[in-house]
Amino acid sequence: MAKSVIQEFTKGLWTEVPPYRLVLGLCPTLAMTKQVDMGFGMGLAVTFVLVGSNALISLLRKVIPRNVRIACFIVVVATFVIVVELLMQAYTYELFLKMGIFIPLIVVNCIPLGRAEAFCYKNGVLRSFADGLGMGLGYTISLTVLAVIREVLGNGTFFNQPISFLGPNFQPYSFMTTAPGAFVCLGLMLCIMNLLGKK
Amino acid sequence: MRDMLKLFVVVTLFGAISGGILAGVRAGTQERIEYQQIKFIKGPAIVQIMKGCTNDPLTTRFKLKDGKKERAFFVGVFGGKPNTVAFEASGKGYGGTLDIIVAVNVDQDEIVGVGVTTHRETPGVGARVQSDPKFVTQFKGQSIKEPFKVKTEGGNIDAISGATVSSRGVTGAVVASGEIYNRLKPEILEKMKSIKS
Repeated sequence: MAKSVIQEFTKGLWTEVPPYRLVLGLCPTLAMTKQVDMGFGMGLAVTFVLVGSNALISLLRKVIPRNVRIACFIVVVATFVIVVELLMQAYTYELFLKMGIFIPLIVVNCIPLGRAEAFCYKNGVLRSFADGLGMGLGYTISLTVLAVIREVLGNGTFFNQPISFLGPNFQPYSFMTTAPGAFVCLGLMLCIMNLLGKK
Repeated sequence: MRDMLKLFVVVTLFGAISGGILAGVRAGTQERIEYQQIKFIKGPAIVQIMKGCTNDPLTTRFKLKDGKKERAFFVGVFGGKPNTVAFEASGKGYGGTLDIIVAVNVDQDEIVGVGVTTHRETPGVGARVQSDPKFVTQFKGQSIKEPFKVKTEGGNIDAISGATVSSRGVTGAVVASGEIYNRLKPEILEKMKSIKS
């Protein structure tokens, strides 16, 4: 029984949300969630790449021969990634400087390639588009939530602005800004999601 | 055989089309990216050393060919006259190349200010050539044609203690900027004339 287009969209937001359910794209999840703007920017960049590459690959799926499909997928994904990189350089240069190498690394992020192989090569354009948008937004939300927790606790700021209601006695919990802190935080979130999902 | 040919054609086409798209996007964003780089990397230094000018030096700029290289010049308007030009030069520091911006008053051939933009010096030691304003202010008001040297080499520039190599690197970069200035001065003056104050 085929799922509806709406289901394809919503599955990316909860039941198959990339970093927690599919456990894909973890490298930027850990590295890019130190600050909210980085996490949010990374999520949007991945969303753009996913939506574009998903739609294009499923549009071209009859043209792409089975034997060379991975090479073709990578070319499509890489093209979108470089477009994002150039656009970020042109319009959000500060964020580009902060994110650095992690933008070109979206190419080797498993989410776009994984969706292309697992979904778009077998499904139509509209479904693939919905899938890409759902996955991308799910990824953005996950990264942003993780980044909010880490930035607020670890740095006492939000979007690089100091938070006043924390009061003068707030001591930044700097463990949160380190890579192990990201791992622990990610693990706890995964745990909470599993608890909620059980019911 | 026909299958093989098809694979070949498809992959080639994919590569070619993606190459074309990227070339287009690059051409479309190039100018804006250049501006962003100037604004965020060189900009703070330029604005700092041109303090007091009445225009925006980042937008009042022109380019000149220096041999095979192309150099950007930023013009500052002081007292209603475009009489100051800032440009980049580089020298060799302790950790690698270091880039500086030098602003020169073209009427008196006098240095208005020097600012270090990018460097790879040791944090806390050599990096003080950028963070300690005392060092670069030594060049202020001196003639750009002076063959600057640090004191240990018989010159008149006080090196930052513990960071002689970095200090020497900046000094060398200022000397290099003097050479660039001498080489291109006629063209610089020609271009400055066309700038309205």
